[in-house]
Amino acid sequence: MGNTIKPNTLAKNPESPKRHDHYSDRTLRSILSSVRSIALVGASTQWRRPSYYAMKYLQRKGYKVYPINPLRAGQEVLGEVIHPRICEVPSSIDMVDIFRNSEAALDISKEVIANKDDKGTQVLWMQLGVRNDTAAKLAEEAGLTVIMNRCPKIEFARLSGELGWYGINSKIITSKRLRGPHHD
Amino acid sequence: MINRPKILNKGIEKHDEHPDESHGIETLSVHAGARVDPATGSRSTPIYQTTSFVFDDSEHAAELFNLQTFGYIYSRISNPTVSVLEERIAALEGGRGAVAAATGHAAQFLTAATLLEQGDAFISSSNLYGGSITQFGTSFPKLGWTCHFVDGTDPHSFEAAMNKNVKFIFCESLANPGSVICDLEPLSDIAHRHGVPLIVDNTLATPYLCRPIDWGADLVIHSATKFIGGHGNTMGGVTVESGRFDWFQNDKFPGLTKPDDAYHGITFAETFGDFGFTMKMRSVALRDFGPTMAATAAWNLLQGVETLPLRMERHCSNALAVAEYLNAHPKIGWVSYAGLRTSPYFELGKKYLRKGAGAVFTFGLTGGYEAGKNLVNSVELFSHLANVGDTRSLIIHPASTTHRQLTEEQKIAAGAGPDVIRVSIGIETLDDIIADLKQALTNT
Ligand SMILES: Cc1ncc(COP(=O)(O)O)c(C=O)c1O
Repeated sequence: MGNTIKPNTLAKNPESPKRHDHYSDRTLRSILSSVRSIALVGASTQWRRPSYYAMKYLQRKGYKVYPINPLRAGQEVLGEVIHPRICEVPSSIDMVDIFRNSEAALDISKEVIANKDDKGTQVLWMQLGVRNDTAAKLAEEAGLTVIMNRCPKIEFARLSGELGWYGINSKIITSKRLRGPHHD
Repeated sequence: MINRPKILNKGIEKHDEHPDESHGIETLSVHAGARVDPATGSRSTPIYQTTSFVFDDSEHAAELFNLQTFGYIYSRISNPTVSVLEERIAALEGGRGAVAAATGHAAQFLTAATLLEQGDAFISSSNLYGGSITQFGTSFPKLGWTCHFVDGTDPHSFEAAMNKNVKFIFCESLANPGSVICDLEPLSDIAHRHGVPLIVDNTLATPYLCRPIDWGADLVIHSATKFIGGHGNTMGGVTVESGRFDWFQNDKFPGLTKPDDAYHGITFAETFGDFGFTMKMRSVALRDFGPTMAATAAWNLLQGVETLPLRMERHCSNALAVAEYLNAHPKIGWVSYAGLRTSPYFELGKKYLRKGAGAVFTFGLTGGYEAGKNLVNSVELFSHLANVGDTRSLIIHPASTTHRQLTEEQKIAAGAGPDVIRVSIGIETLDDIIADLKQALTNT
C-alpha cells in the first residue's frame, strides 16, 4: 500500500545511494515473523485510504496494530482506539510503521528513538514511498533495524505467495513448500 | 519497562546492500511463479478447473471484494493456474506484474481500455501485425480511441505525431512480418518526455531475445499464442507492467490516479503503488469486459514456456541458415531478416536482439506474386497457415491472408506487399527445412 508514490521525492542521502535500496527476503521474513505489535503512524479512519487497507490486512494476519494520529485521537478504527502519540500507547510496540511523508518521518523517528526502551521497539519501518536517510541513520545508531520504502502488507503478501495470485512478480524461486512469515 | 526476548533471529543481515542473486532466464522459464501445491505437494502446476473459490466467512468475502486482502474469488478475474503463467511472464520480462487474457488481441484491448478515455489517442508504429493495425485503426475508433500510425523505423515521426490527447506509444520490438526492429531507446525517451508510457509488443522477440523494459518500455504485451506457448496449440495474451512509470506525474491517467467509480472510489496507483496498473487492468478491465484466459490454456502455455530458451536458440539458428540459403538462391529477389548483414536492421539487431534475430521473416521471389503463390502450394514439410511461433515451420502469403484487410499502401507500409512471403522457421532438422524449400523452389 503506497503513499502517493513519487520515487524522485524520496529524501535519499546522496552520500550513500545504494544503502537501503534493497533488503533480502531473509531480513524481511525475519522481521515479519517475529514482530507482533505494530504502531501505525498516520492511521486513517477512511476505509479507502491505503493505511486503512494495510491495517486491516495486518490485523487479519495476526498482528496487534495500534493506530496513531494526533488529529484523530480518541476515534476508533478497525476496533482500535487511535492514540495521539507513540508514548501514549499503553503496551509494548515491536515495530513502528510510518505512513507519513518522507519529511515527517524524521520527527517521528526521533519520537520512536526516545520511546524505544520504554516500548521495547526494535524495528522502524517506513512505508512504500517514504524514505529518510537521516532518520534511518539516527535510528540505526540507536540500535533499531530500519526498513524504508516498503509496505509490510505487500512484503507479507509477497513472501507468502499471495501477491503472485494477482500476477505480481514475487521474485521467489523455490522447490520447497512456501510458507508465509506467520508467527510460529 | 518491558523485558522481552530479542525479536530478530540470529543471522539476519541487518542491511542488505546487494540484491538477491537473480536467476537466469532458463531457470525463470521453468520455475518463476510456480509453487509446490500447498495442499498436495504437487510439483507440476495443477489445472485449477474451477469457476469460483470459497470464502472463509462474510467478512473475508467483503475484504476480497474490497481488494483489502489477497485471494481468489472467481476465475474471470483470477485463477491459480493462470496466475502462475502471469507471474512467470512478469519474471521473464523483468516486470512487476502481469495480467493474462484470452488472446494477444484481448491483452491489447484491455491495456488500451485501462489507459484510454473516450476522445483519447495513441501513436503506433505502422510496422505491426496486420490484425493489430485493423484493431487499432478500425475497431478502436468505434470506442472513441484514435490511433495515429507513423513510420516505426523513424523515431522523429513519433515525436511529430505527439499531441495532448496522446496517452501512449505502441510498437513491436521485432515486427511481424518483415523482421523490422524498432529502436526502443529513442522511442522510450520521446514517450517519457511527453509523460506517456511506451508499450511494446514483444511477441516475436520473446524475453529470451529482448527485454523491452531494460530499454525503457513501461508495458510489454505478448500474444502468448506464438513463441511463449510455442507449439501452435493454445491462444493467449499477457500484459506486463514494469512498475517504473509514475502515473501521478501529470493528469493524463485519471483512471489510475483519481478515485475510481468502477471500484468504489479506490485510487489504483496510490493504493497499489508500482503494480497499480496491473491491479486496475485485472479488477476493472478484465472483470468488466471478460476476455479471460482459461486455466487449461494457461497450463498449456506454462508447459510451452518452460522450453522457451531452448526453442528460441534453435528457431534462431535454423532461421538464420534458411535466410542465408534463400538469400543465395537465384529465384529469390530479396530476403528481409535482421540476422543477415545485408538487412538495414542488422545493427539494431546487434543491440536489441543479441542472441538472434528471431524466426519470422519475409522474402520475395523474382517471379513475383504468381511464383510466391506456387511456392506456398508446393511446400510439403512447411504448413500453410496463419500463425507464427510454432515448433513447425510455417509459410504464408500475408497480402492475401493476415494482412488482407489492409489497403495496398498499408500493406506495403507493414512490409506485406503483393510479392511478400512470410515464414516462421520451426525447430525441425535444418537440412529437412532447406530440402523442402529447395524442392518447392524447383517447382516454381
Ligand atoms: C505480433 C503480434 N501481436 C499480436 C498478435 C495477436 O495475438 P492473438 O492472435 O493471440 O490475439 C499477433 C498474432 O498473430 C502477433 O503476431
